[in-house]
Amino acid sequence: MSDAATAPVSVFAPWEDAQAKPLIQFQNVTKRWGDFTAIDDLSIDIYPEEFFALLGPSGCGKTTMMRMLAGFETPTEGKILIDGQDVARIPPNKRAVNMMFQSYALFPHLSVAENIAFGLKRDKQPKDKIEARVEEMLSLVQLNKFANRKPHQISGGQRQRVALARSLAKAPKLLLLDEPLGALDKKLRQDTQFELMDIQEKTGTTFVIVTHDQEEAMTVASRIAVMDHGKIIQVDTPSKIYEEPKSIYVADFIGDVNLIRGNVTKTSEGHASISWAEGQSELTGIARSEIEAGAVATLAVRPEKLSIYTSRPKDQTNVIKGKVLDIAYLGNMSTYVIETASGETIKAQVANTRRIQRRQITWEEKVWLSFTDTAGVVLNQ
Amino acid sequence: MRRLSWFNTVSLTLGFAFLYIPMIILITYSFNAGKLVTVWSGFSTKWYGELFRNEAFLDAAWVTLKVAVMSSSIATVLGTMAAYVMVRAGRFPGRTVFSGMIYAPLVMPEVITGLSLLLLFIAIGLDRGVLTIVLAHTTFSMCFVSVVVSSRLVTFDQSLEEAALDLGCTGFEAFRLVTLPIIMPAVVSGWLLAFTLSLDDLVIASFTSGPSSTTLPIKIFSAVRLGVSPEINALSTIMIGLVTVGVIGASLTSKRSIAKRQKDEQEAII
Repeated sequence: MSDAATAPVSVFAPWEDAQAKPLIQFQNVTKRWGDFTAIDDLSIDIYPEEFFALLGPSGCGKTTMMRMLAGFETPTEGKILIDGQDVARIPPNKRAVNMMFQSYALFPHLSVAENIAFGLKRDKQPKDKIEARVEEMLSLVQLNKFANRKPHQISGGQRQRVALARSLAKAPKLLLLDEPLGALDKKLRQDTQFELMDIQEKTGTTFVIVTHDQEEAMTVASRIAVMDHGKIIQVDTPSKIYEEPKSIYVADFIGDVNLIRGNVTKTSEGHASISWAEGQSELTGIARSEIEAGAVATLAVRPEKLSIYTSRPKDQTNVIKGKVLDIAYLGNMSTYVIETASGETIKAQVANTRRIQRRQITWEEKVWLSFTDTAGVVLNQ
Repeated sequence: MRRLSWFNTVSLTLGFAFLYIPMIILITYSFNAGKLVTVWSGFSTKWYGELFRNEAFLDAAWVTLKVAVMSSSIATVLGTMAAYVMVRAGRFPGRTVFSGMIYAPLVMPEVITGLSLLLLFIAIGLDRGVLTIVLAHTTFSMCFVSVVVSSRLVTFDQSLEEAALDLGCTGFEAFRLVTLPIIMPAVVSGWLLAFTLSLDDLVIASFTSGPSSTTLPIKIFSAVRLGVSPEINALSTIMIGLVTVGVIGASLTSKRSIAKRQKDEQEAII
C-alpha cells in the first residue's frame, strides 16, 4: 500500500494538493421531497480529470446527486459549484455537463451517426465540423461501420458505446455516467470497464460514475465515495477504502470481511488489541487514535489476509483456533469457513495454487488461522 | 390446422351473422335494378350512376370531408398538447380536476354536448355553418386524441427527453425533435380516430349545422325518413368499401413494419 503523499509526483492525487482547484463543489447540499431527505447536508470536492465513483445501495442518494449535477433536480438547501460557478439557475441545456443514461436513452428514430451529431447540431456548428467530430467519436468507440444503423439494429454493447460517444461528442468538462454498464453481461462489463478508463484518460474529461457494483467502482475509479442514506460515509482511493475502511459500514459494504467484536485491551502506536473470546489469544490490528482501551470495538479483517495451518503457527501475532465447518471451492480460490469453540464463524480465503487432489485440509479438521498485525483494522462500534 | 368443435363453429357463425348480415343485405340491394329496397329484380349498377349525378349528396360529402379533416387536425394538436401536459407536468394544483374534465366528453351524452354547443353558438351570435360543426367536432374528438396520445406517453422513456435537454435542446426543441417523432404513430392514430368520429357523427352535427352546411350523415338520415332509396345503399356500400380498404391497408403496413423491426433486431444480435 503506497501512501500518495510519499509517492512520486506522477501519481494523480489532486485531492492531496491544497493548491488544486476543484471542478465540482457540493457545499452543504440538502435535497428533500416532502418528508424524505434524499441528500443530507453533503459537502464534497471533485477535481478535474478525476474518475469519481458514487457507490452505495439503491436509495442512498447517489442518483439524486448526479441528477443535480446534470440540472434535472435543484438542491433544497446549499450550493453546487461547477468550475467555481453556482449552477442553481443554469438549466440542463446550458451546462457544460453531459450525461450517459442508464437506459442509454438513444433516440430510436435517428441513426448512430445522427445520435452522436444531435448535441453538436444544437450548438449550430458548421456542417463539416460536425461530420469530422462524429467521425472522430465513431473511431473512439470503434463503431465506424455502424454509423448508418438505427439503435435497434445494433447489440447492447454497441448501444452502450454509442451512448458514450454521444455524451462525449460535445467535449463536456464533466461526464456523468449513471450505472453505465448495468445492462451488460459480466464478461462484456469487465472489458468495457477498461475501455472506459482508457477513454477517460485519452479525453481528459472528468468522469463521475454512479454505481451499486463495488467491483466496478474499485476497477475504474480514482476515488470512491461510499454513500448511505444521503450522506457520504467515506471518500478515498479504492485501495484505502478496501484496506483502511473507517467504519464497519464501509468495511462490510466493500468486499467480504470478518467482523470480530471484542474489548480493547491496549493501544499503542497506531495499533490496538482486542480480547474477543474465551480461550482465544488477543488479536491486534491497526487503529486510529480515537480507539481507547476498555471500549468495545470491532476488528475487520479480509478473508484473503488470513492464512490457514494444520498446526499452531509460531511467531505470529494473531492466531485463531477452530475447526473447518465448510469449504467452498471457487476454482481460482477456496473459501474455508472456520468455527471457533465459542460458535463464531470466520472466513479464510486461500488461492488454489495447487491442484485440488493435493489439498490437505478437510471438513471437521482442527485448524489455526493467523494474520499479521497490519492486516486488520480496529473500528469503533 | 385444428378443426373447430361444433360449439365453437356455432358461436363463430352466430357472431359473424349478427355483425355482418345487415351490411350484406345493404350491399346486395345496392346492386338491385328495381326501385324497391326489399324486392330483388335483377343486377344493375345504375344507382351508383344516379348517386354521382345527385348534387345534394356530393355537396354533403364534400362538407363532411372538409369538416372531418379540419376538426381532426385541430383536435390532434389540442389533444396532443393536453396529453403532454397531463402526463409530463407532474403534480400541479387542480391536475385531477383537469384530467377529469378532459375525459368528461367521452362519457357525456352526445345530445347534451350538441345542445350545449348550440346554446353557446346562439349566445355569442355565431352563424351555424361549417365553422360551427368544425368547432363542435373538435370539442368532442379532442378527448379521444388525448386518450390515445397519453397512453403512448405514459410508456415513453422520459430519459429520452432528458437526454435531449442534456445535449442542448430547449424544452420545445426536445419535444419537436425527440418526443414528437417517436410518438408520431399514436398521434396519427389519434388523428384517424378523430377523423372517423367526425365522419359518422349525426347527433352533434345536426345540432350545430346550418342550412348551407349539411353533412353526409344528416343528409342520409333525412333522406331515409322519406323512404330508403337504393341510392343510399350505393353510397353506404362505397363508404363500407373505403373503410375496409383503409383498415386492411393500415394493418398490413403495421404488420410489415413490425416484421422489419424484428428482422433488424435479429440481425443486430448476430
